[in-house]
Amino acid sequence: MNKARSNPLNSVMMHGALILYTLIALFPVFVILINSFKTRKAIFREPLALPDADSFSTIGYETVMKQGDFLLYFQNSMIVTVASIFFVLLFGAMAAYALSEYRFRGNMLMGLYLALGIMIPIRIGTVAILEMMVATGLVNTLWALILVYTAQGLPLAVFILSEFMRQVSDDLKNAGRIDGLSEYTIFFRLVLPLVRPAMATVAVFNMIPIWNDLWFPLILAPAEETKTLTLGSQVFIGQFVTDWNAVLSALSMAILPVLILYVIFSRQLIRGITSGAVK
Amino acid sequence: MTALSLKNVNKSFGDIHVLKDINIEVEEGEFVVFVGPSGCGKSTLLRVIAGLEDATSGEIHIAGNQVNLTPPSKRGIAMVFQSYALYPHLNVRGNMTLALKQEGQPKAVIAERVQKAANMLDLGPYLDRYPSELSGGQRQRVAIGRAIVREPKLFLFDEPLSNLDAALRMNTRIEIANLHSQLGASMIYVTHDQTEAMTLADKIVVLRDGRVEQIGSPMELYNNPANQFVAGFLGAPSMNFFPAELLGAGGERTMGIRPEDLFIAEDGPLSVQVRHVEHLGGDTNVIARLDGHQITARLFGQHQVAEGENLRLGFKPESTYAFDREGQRLR
Ligand SMILES: Nc1ncnc2c1ncn2[C@@H]1O[C@H](COP(=O)(O)OP(=O)(O)OP(=O)(O)O)[C@@H](O)[C@H]1O
Ligand SMILES: [Mg+2]
Repeated sequence: MNKARSNPLNSVMMHGALILYTLIALFPVFVILINSFKTRKAIFREPLALPDADSFSTIGYETVMKQGDFLLYFQNSMIVTVASIFFVLLFGAMAAYALSEYRFRGNMLMGLYLALGIMIPIRIGTVAILEMMVATGLVNTLWALILVYTAQGLPLAVFILSEFMRQVSDDLKNAGRIDGLSEYTIFFRLVLPLVRPAMATVAVFNMIPIWNDLWFPLILAPAEETKTLTLGSQVFIGQFVTDWNAVLSALSMAILPVLILYVIFSRQLIRGITSGAVK
Repeated sequence: MTALSLKNVNKSFGDIHVLKDINIEVEEGEFVVFVGPSGCGKSTLLRVIAGLEDATSGEIHIAGNQVNLTPPSKRGIAMVFQSYALYPHLNVRGNMTLALKQEGQPKAVIAERVQKAANMLDLGPYLDRYPSELSGGQRQRVAIGRAIVREPKLFLFDEPLSNLDAALRMNTRIEIANLHSQLGASMIYVTHDQTEAMTLADKIVVLRDGRVEQIGSPMELYNNPANQFVAGFLGAPSMNFFPAELLGAGGERTMGIRPEDLFIAEDGPLSVQVRHVEHLGGDTNVIARLDGHQITARLFGQHQVAEGENLRLGFKPESTYAFDREGQRLR
């Protein structure tokens, strides 16, 4: 333990700062949660009060459950997010490994080309993407979303992962080659576990924008059976009237799965950092 | 039969020519050490032999078969790396058995070989531990064990001791020497530590800038260096060099004398001023100036020499070496 960290004053200040930050970050979530259990009147009268016997109401949740097939929206969002992250990590890691491990002509150019997407927002190509999806008949399928989100996530994934893979010891990979492991085994069994923190980072970075996205579900998959949670919640937000109970309840339920995914990935992150290194 | 023979091996990385026309023969059971300064291409040469890098040109034969196109796992070699390179997700037993499982060896054979290697290296109590739970010396023994169980025709060691502390390095060095005599296999050992080279080798290959400077037994290289580089590289402290004019001899030659061949003599031909004295107990190293050149003398036993003192040093004429301007030995 170093001196700065064992000093009680420093420790108090550090924890104070962290707790303050946590409160600020959690405050909106807290407000959404408490208000989702209140009547409409109570929400507007005292937005910050906790629900009591008078103001308690589950009307929001009831509306959400009646309106549309929320379980299905839930499932759609989950499938799209998990599948997209899976493909981003798989293809991103493979491309990153090829770029960092093998010497071939145009290696540098290929790396730059793959990283270019970081600077160009994918929404610029929305019209072309829509035309392409129409041509391939993928409109109103979850695949349309998964493909777009995978493309959207790959540049950053390749960029981050190739940087990390360059740091994996050459000796370790070579030991595997001498022991007769195939390139695939070396990739999956030796290299991937060592870059797990980076993979978790990439997953977290990608997960939240995908989960929250409204743009592409609205354009590519607005059908009832492919609606995502974000899109499904929009029915409660009207131009003239907004059903705040329902919106808040839908949001509260939408937070839960991301929270679970986040916990899973951050566990990986920590485990990756603390697992036995090469030397 | 020759265990390894390299014929005109060249290796370039793009424009960088790293290995230049390497010709080396390793006999069966021989312990060959590659030495040379950092960056001279020792590791690259070892990786070319292992098949981890392709030679740009030239032939590589292991146990009589040309292996230029054979993948590393089929060359009958095993390699021990400087950074140990143990698989972090496998325990010691897993690390040692992985290659055998890949080869499809029967379970009984695997168990027996692991047992044998564990006994040889005192690894028995650690078989179920993970690499992160071992000390540096233990990890290095596991890395060696992983090589032994494969029963290769040729062992390749790339600076296996450089991450160990001095005492452990000496023990492990002795262990490797014992291993060589027990197994009787051919070994190639890369180091830039000339003590390791002198003590372990049957044959030393001195490399410099990707070229073989000289090949021979340790004593051959010590007594009969082919050029100034080899003369200066082997032996500690290293050989003294100064222009021949200082001894009154003519010609643009460089004279070389080993520190251990110098002694204090009242009427010696070298008049020096002492700059620094190292008392090692058994020996005394005297570092002195000779007309602007540094000269080191290794005197046996303990001597009282003061800094700043003027001394005269002598030597036997037959213990000098002469080199021409390019550093080639003149005989
Ligand atoms: N992949 C590579 N691409 C380009 N140059 C390389 C590559 N690998 C090695 N080299 C160059 O080849 C030369 C020899 O490197 P090598 O690692 O064989 O040296 P070494 O003798 O093992 O040195 P050390 O004692 O420091 O380990 C160095 O100049 C190095 O810069
Ligand atoms: Mg090296």
